[in-house]
Amino acid sequence: MRIEIVNGHIIDPKNGIDQQGSLYIAEGKIVGIMQAPDGFSADTSINAQGYIVCPGFVDLSTRLREPGQSHKATMKSETKAAASAGFTSLCIPPDTIPVIDSPAIVELIEDKAEKCGYPHIYPIAALTQKLAGTELSAMHALKKAGCIAVSHAYHALQNLLVLRRAMEYAATYDLLLIYCPQEAALSNHGCAHEGAMASRYGLPGIPVAAETIALMQCMELIEQTGCRVHFRGLSCARSVDLIAKAKAAGLPVTADVAMHQLHLTDADMRPYDSYYHVQPPLRSKRDRDALLAGIQSGAIDSICSDHQPHDIDAKLGAFPETEPGISSLETMLPLMLRLVAQKILTLAQGIAKLSSEPARILGINAGGLALGNVADVCVFNANESWQINAETWQSRGQNTPFWQETMQGKVACTIQAGKIIYSAES
Amino acid sequence: MTAIENLQLNAQGKLRHFLSIEGLNSDLLTEILDTAEPFADASEQNIKKFPLLRGKTIVNLFFENSTRTRATFELAATRLSADVLSMNIATSATSKGESLLDTIRNMEAMQVDMFVVRHSLSGAAHFIAQHTAPHINVINAGDGQHEHPTQAMLDMFTIRRVKKQFSGLRVAIVGDILHSRVARSQILALNMLGAEEIRVIAPKSLLPAQIEDLGVSVYHDMKAGLKNVDVIIMLRLQKERMNSAFLPSESEYFKCFGLSAEKLKIANKDAIVMHPGPINRGVEISSSVADGSQSVILQQVSNGIAVRMAVLTMTMNGNREAG
Repeated sequence: MRIEIVNGHIIDPKNGIDQQGSLYIAEGKIVGIMQAPDGFSADTSINAQGYIVCPGFVDLSTRLREPGQSHKATMKSETKAAASAGFTSLCIPPDTIPVIDSPAIVELIEDKAEKCGYPHIYPIAALTQKLAGTELSAMHALKKAGCIAVSHAYHALQNLLVLRRAMEYAATYDLLLIYCPQEAALSNHGCAHEGAMASRYGLPGIPVAAETIALMQCMELIEQTGCRVHFRGLSCARSVDLIAKAKAAGLPVTADVAMHQLHLTDADMRPYDSYYHVQPPLRSKRDRDALLAGIQSGAIDSICSDHQPHDIDAKLGAFPETEPGISSLETMLPLMLRLVAQKILTLAQGIAKLSSEPARILGINAGGLALGNVADVCVFNANESWQINAETWQSRGQNTPFWQETMQGKVACTIQAGKIIYSAES
Repeated sequence: MTAIENLQLNAQGKLRHFLSIEGLNSDLLTEILDTAEPFADASEQNIKKFPLLRGKTIVNLFFENSTRTRATFELAATRLSADVLSMNIATSATSKGESLLDTIRNMEAMQVDMFVVRHSLSGAAHFIAQHTAPHINVINAGDGQHEHPTQAMLDMFTIRRVKKQFSGLRVAIVGDILHSRVARSQILALNMLGAEEIRVIAPKSLLPAQIEDLGVSVYHDMKAGLKNVDVIIMLRLQKERMNSAFLPSESEYFKCFGLSAEKLKIANKDAIVMHPGPINRGVEISSSVADGSQSVILQQVSNGIAVRMAVLTMTMNGNREAG
């Protein structure tokens, strides 16, 4: 299919493009920018006057809940939600049921993704078998099967010797380790930031040190093993410092933050409202401000959705017993635009944090609109307002603390590998 | 977090549920104390039974073990002529919210009027109040490490009976503040009622983060902490705290934070000694102090019935007024 996107405001931070113009797509690739190639005739023409045209978004952690938890959501429902929110590439953490620790599971996921018409799914392999933290997974075979990185997801890795060997083995095959820093003993089954709010409401707290100690341990092992590590989901001011120092020292590290951590603090939590139950927990305003400074300075490379759709029962109960996580794909663009409105980021920087930066971390050919690139494109209206409600929401999980809020910024069209996978008009 | 939504008050600002001290005000707390007075007087004169809640069914839902609190709630309800059903529902830490909700739904189907809830998780009583039918009242009999508001009110009642007023009072709360829902409710209530100073005395391992934000001064030493104090509240120390490395040993704890006759002398001469019970003799308090002339520990127990009668009556009325 040949598509032309006419007269949009094209923003491609990776290639330094920020101007009014048109984009031409054929055979799944970008074939013209500003200027149509000779003899180009479009099958579909999209009038992008007043819209932003940018690379499709790339997410480093999206839980589709399949296989294993289709009562929460399905690959179909969540890839549809992702397409409607401008995402063209999604990484699947290994804590599916069964765990992504064998090539057969990878194949199963890729088959299902293809049936959903959403080819750019990147499974992340489990670092250890069954994520049990004892025996290494077959990382080489998993990489060959299509896994883009290895991770232990939110499972606690308690044995540092296992971590060291896993990092050595991953480094052998130049696999990226995606690491969620949280020290299990210090976290001690907590469910909120250890601070005034947790003290007042009697919620078991998770101290800042639970994150920073895990971060420092892992950094020492990076020094020793040379393994490339991406730190997933930072929440504390001290972590931002540690990452900046590690980068300055030349360690092969990158880091991201979940979008909600940039907008909410523990003080925003409504008492015992389980929609605010996330991991790592919402921390203090000081931490949030440091995270914002971190995305500004580049210490934090990208912003992640950390999408976790839940069924109603998962969030129904006394706060500590509810499951953590927010259904977040569809609020990513509006919340990024809020950061732009708050002058934390420029629009181009905001787009980079959702597209070219995560693509660079993964080392995939995505996040840019240069000639010959895979045509993963998002067309959005930065000014359109919409309310989050059952009619507008696509994800099966309605668990978001922003429910019923009015959001600004809406995707009009998403193109993945030259195919329109979402159009607001149809 | 923003202030607790006023789930517990009806449109007229009257008590409908009693979930936490937070969200109430000194007028309401004083009303509870005033309502309890005639109940306390009457039981002292051996008139124990009132027909105020005749025909009402109160269910004690205890998801966590308790002897004293459950017994006093049962007595309070029977003395108000209500029908009482007490249920001990064992739950594991991993039990799901839906089963909690299912329990509530089943009880609702039996046309009950009130739930008295104790649960090991903070926020459980709020959760039940949010999800129960509108005509049912919910009383928090202790939720996790959050609040135990009726215990705090019986303590306020006991303090007021002895000390007459709260202004000018210095109160020390000693022991495991970190895990204590009683302490949280007491701190909130004492601040609302206008106590002069609230001190917490504990080792750092038993203090919650940023506890000063609740309006207390922090001490780690009994000698300094008990000076000029009018009321001493000792908290129960759970034996498990030793195994989970909060403390080295019972004997070291008693030496540093236990209340002996000698340490009691540091406080004001007419200071009273309180304890929510059950007491660990020789761990947080010596027998001579627990049974001594300054101890009001047993008055607390008797007052518990009167205060709970007051809360049951007021919440049930709060429902009627709301129409």
